[in-house]
Amino acid sequence: MCVGVPAKVLERDEFTAKVDVLGSQMTVGILLVPDVQVGDYVLVHAGQALQIVDEMFAVVSIEEWRKLVDGTHS
Amino acid sequence: MEPILKEVQDAGLGQSLLREVIRLADRFKEKYGHPPAYMEVCGSHTHALARTGIKRALKDHVRLISGPGCPVCVTDQKTIDAMIALTEGENRIICTFGDMLRIPGSKGSLLKAKTEGKDIRVVYSPSDSVRIAKENPDNEVIFLGVGFETTIPVLGIALKEAWEDGVKNFSMWVTTKLVEPVVRYLLDSGEAKLDGFLLPGHVSVVLGKNQYSYLVDEYGVPGVISGFEMNEMLSSIYLLIELGLKEEAKIINNYKSVVKDEGNPQALTIMETFFTPNDEAWRGIGVIPKSGLDIREEYRSLNAKIRFPVTVGEPIKTKCRCGEIIRGLVGPEDCPLFGKACTPMKPIGPCMVSSEGSCSAHYKYLRE
Ligand code: SF4
Ligand code: SF4
Repeated sequence: MCVGVPAKVLERDEFTAKVDVLGSQMTVGILLVPDVQVGDYVLVHAGQALQIVDEMFAVVSIEEWRKLVDGTHS
Repeated sequence: MEPILKEVQDAGLGQSLLREVIRLADRFKEKYGHPPAYMEVCGSHTHALARTGIKRALKDHVRLISGPGCPVCVTDQKTIDAMIALTEGENRIICTFGDMLRIPGSKGSLLKAKTEGKDIRVVYSPSDSVRIAKENPDNEVIFLGVGFETTIPVLGIALKEAWEDGVKNFSMWVTTKLVEPVVRYLLDSGEAKLDGFLLPGHVSVVLGKNQYSYLVDEYGVPGVISGFEMNEMLSSIYLLIELGLKEEAKIINNYKSVVKDEGNPQALTIMETFFTPNDEAWRGIGVIPKSGLDIREEYRSLNAKIRFPVTVGEPIKTKCRCGEIIRGLVGPEDCPLFGKACTPMKPIGPCMVSSEGSCSAHYKYLRE
């Protein structure tokens, strides 16, 4: 039920933002992520953006997993 | 972001991770004499572990136990009956999430009430039901809100909107659940033997990593916060086994791109503002003190339980074993009704109704 989907912020006003979810556009609330900027990715649940997705951390995780399978992880 | 998502799903990386997990799990078994056993608390994990084939691929190496992680599955029968009874009143519009519609109550379901002409609407967002209330001033609009910490702030936002806009014909019937009290219950009861927890990604967005310190400090059990893509889950299981081998209990945040150590402060504030701890009844477990949240007294006019009290009798007992399934004691195949009398088309219990329920995930992806 808590399926969160990543969405890209296209436009924002005070309390809502227009986002793109897998090619379709919708309006979501942004009360929980007041600092969100156009161009950010957010995790959307039940009509609200729950969190800003941090791209840098995503890249770092993938690097970590690669190291892990390459055996360079102790 | 799109390219990152693809890398997260990268099947080649997944295959290598899988081999590493198996290698480590077999070392774990050698060391401790039993395969590592982890509980996924979240229903979305249950579903994703089945769908990606991880559960099947690890079946002989790692025990992955589904826990009480879907709010639909843990809602007790009496509460479902009360929600259905709520549709009886005149001039009511009942709004809820889609998952709730087909859950069988002792007599019928919300879907049955709808086919009998009751005005029951599925909404995507609780805020939509506030809008419906504004558009239908002659009706009472009641939102049936279930959910864990991921959903509770979103329910809170709808309450905030209704309160600030002075919407008088809107109220909410909430039966929300908190993760910590039920995890404590499971660990205290000692029923399910666990080597750690695959911690819920979305609940943790709200709570944050720091909130899980009780697992380490009080129970000495490790946990890894995980996302839902194949590689996210495989690497999280890997990290759990590694902690076990090192005999180290700690919480690792393996979903740093969305989960922060301190959680989401705005979401926590909304929860604080509108809700207060409440004793909640869990299916198959009974009442766990302070294991849910109800609407604060200040906002009693928004609380449908106060505005529209209903009484329902004791529910009829069925052979459904959902209660034991959500405690991690038995699997879907242990239920005599599984795949026979009970299927996703004709569900008997909530674990088959919710797409995140163990029985439904098992039926779709894991039947032998
Ligand atoms: S309701 Fe949300 S937290 Fe619960 S299981 Fe489903 S997805 Fe996870
Ligand atoms: S198979 Fe159906 S009846 Fe059996 S436990 Fe699952 S939901 Fe309940």
